[in-house]
Amino acid sequence: MAIYLDHAATAPINDAAIAALNTQMRKLGNASSVHNPGRAVRKDVEDARHKLSELVNANPSEIIFTGSGTEANNLAIKGFFWQHPDRNVIVTSAFEHHAILDPVEWLVEHEGAEQVLVPITKAGIIDLDFLENIIATRGKEIAVISIMHSNNELGSIQPIAEVVKIAGDIPVHTDAVQSFGKVEFDFQKLGVTAATISAHKVGGPLGIAALILRRGLDLTPILHGGGQEREIRSGTLNAPAIVAFAAASEFTISNREDNFARVRELRDYFIAGLKKAVPDVSINSAIDPALPGIVNATFPGTESDALLLLLDSEGISASAGSACSAGVPRPSHVLVALGLSESDADASLRISIGTTNTKAEIDQVLNIMPSVVERARNAFVVSELK
Amino acid sequence: MKLIAAMSGGVDSAVAAARAVEAGHEVIGVHLALSSNPQKYRSGARGCCTIEDSHDARRAADVIGIPFYIWDMAEEFHDGVVENFLSEYADGRTPNPCLRCNEKIKFAAVLDRAKGLGFDGVITGHYAQMQETPLGRVMHRAVDPGKDQSYVLAVLNTEQLAGAHFPLGDTVKDQVRVEAKRRGLYVANKPDSHDICFVPSGDNAGWLRDRLGSDVGPIVDEAGKKLGEHKGAYTYTIGQRRGLGITIPAAGGEPRYVLKIEPKTNTVVVGSHEALAVTKIVGDRPIWCGPTPTANTQLRGFAQVRAHGSPLACTYVQNGSEIKVDLDEPLFGLAAGQGLVIYDGDRVVGSATVAHTE
Repeated sequence: MAIYLDHAATAPINDAAIAALNTQMRKLGNASSVHNPGRAVRKDVEDARHKLSELVNANPSEIIFTGSGTEANNLAIKGFFWQHPDRNVIVTSAFEHHAILDPVEWLVEHEGAEQVLVPITKAGIIDLDFLENIIATRGKEIAVISIMHSNNELGSIQPIAEVVKIAGDIPVHTDAVQSFGKVEFDFQKLGVTAATISAHKVGGPLGIAALILRRGLDLTPILHGGGQEREIRSGTLNAPAIVAFAAASEFTISNREDNFARVRELRDYFIAGLKKAVPDVSINSAIDPALPGIVNATFPGTESDALLLLLDSEGISASAGSACSAGVPRPSHVLVALGLSESDADASLRISIGTTNTKAEIDQVLNIMPSVVERARNAFVVSELK
Repeated sequence: MKLIAAMSGGVDSAVAAARAVEAGHEVIGVHLALSSNPQKYRSGARGCCTIEDSHDARRAADVIGIPFYIWDMAEEFHDGVVENFLSEYADGRTPNPCLRCNEKIKFAAVLDRAKGLGFDGVITGHYAQMQETPLGRVMHRAVDPGKDQSYVLAVLNTEQLAGAHFPLGDTVKDQVRVEAKRRGLYVANKPDSHDICFVPSGDNAGWLRDRLGSDVGPIVDEAGKKLGEHKGAYTYTIGQRRGLGITIPAAGGEPRYVLKIEPKTNTVVVGSHEALAVTKIVGDRPIWCGPTPTANTQLRGFAQVRAHGSPLACTYVQNGSEIKVDLDEPLFGLAAGQGLVIYDGDRVVGSATVAHTE
């Protein structure tokens, strides 16, 4: 029995992506070469770019391919910061992904940046009043505002259109890695300056993502070389991954509404069952508006790493918080930003349901959950006594 | 059995885990993160607390084919081992943190958590041998005298011993390395760890001075006559002869040795080699690593006071709260706080902490 409930970490690659990879990997040619094979690969890359731009409602030239969502986020944060030497403030939410928070912290440490964190309300939404106030008082100092489109641990969708409205001329970036392919994501309608999307969350391959950057804008690059992507990102274009990214996205988005309804139904079924199986569980994740498959729950009197170990030994994959580079579990900064105590944050799991999950799988997880929680509590009591 | 293999990232724990799997046990690998900031205790590739070591442990677990997790024991390690190490030195004693770690972390915090999660025990790569006897489980020295670690394990009580598994005790280290290579474990040639893991520089005295202070104080003879000055009492160890910087020679011209460190008055006492001689040792906090020896009865055995020290023939008596040892031949230089381990031949009888000596 293997039940995968960690779709927010990475999703299974879909057949469309595998087929695209398989075909494209056999084609010889560097998309930057002028000869015939090079031009053929270039056409495939540009077809993919075109397809992807339609899926996010952007102009093809607004798609800048990168090697990962992390790279795209770094490019946005550092690029906008360096592009505006007269502005040193970077505004983000307190519960951004580390791929946003860490580059900002690096700029604070090394480049004289100042970080302003927008707090999170109990509903898992950024505090718009705080944001409005900081823009009103320090707007001229702000180099970039970066607020995620939806939170990866809570599923809560953020009011990005509102942020854009309040921001005025200040560039707004949104990390849409979790939203893309699951809920509506429309680059032009949102009006953001830049957005990050990634292939492996939508059934595409690892190692390919994109920064969508409004036309005519320049960003200071972080990688220098051939200048392949609008002189903003260098590196030989990863044609097979790019083509598969577009194919995977097209497949996923063509089924988006059905997927949303199905995954959401499984999520609601899981939450209802979990409350029966573990009566003192509390649910931290958002219900609506939210990503369909994210459940974040606190199991009082446990430690998440014990829960994960026990679930893993039953063949069930879930996740919790994040880990440092040595792999040491840390309480989730997202849950702490939401107002949970460190011990509650440490007793929480994220279960992310995807399109490949079934009701039978959810039933199996619900069956095993009481004994898993009980054993995790035994281990916790013992370690606390010492 | 369901067992947790504590995997440091070194060759011994990797082979120990592999052997347990081969013996048919259900094994899960766990690497203990002992520092809240892994960079803080960074020590290159010498066996403890680094990102590289946790990756080495993960890689070994993957090659063996067992699940692998990292357990955060930084708080327990800091409170139970590092703080104790400092406070013992501050009180003028010389602790052994490896003994403490085995007693409070590996076979306490880790073993308890393992049991809570439904596991039967903990496997480590320590070199010691277990034997099942009609009186229960007992521990013997390892086959490899150079690697024998029964001394640092003598702090385990019978309950801890029952949950401990040391698959390497019957093998010499060179063979363990050969076996690691045969099993495709890339840590086969990783160097052994030696020093105290949380003092990565190996400069124990400097590490202590940084934390406990380096106030200048007097160096005196046994009569209390000042002979010179020291730069922080924690720099010195009992029995030390070199680097005392005393300019006034002894009456007979014989060399002087550190006899005593008195942290309260920040004084280092020096004297002759004969003054270092110890024939009687009293240890407190006794722990019996198997059947409890008959109380208030003189018994013959061997005392060992250092991890790689020699076993010293002795007569010992235990009264429930103390072990009193009479050595057949004097021992030169023994500090309070050191671990006193009693052996019956190769069998570990138990241990105590050196309280005072005569």
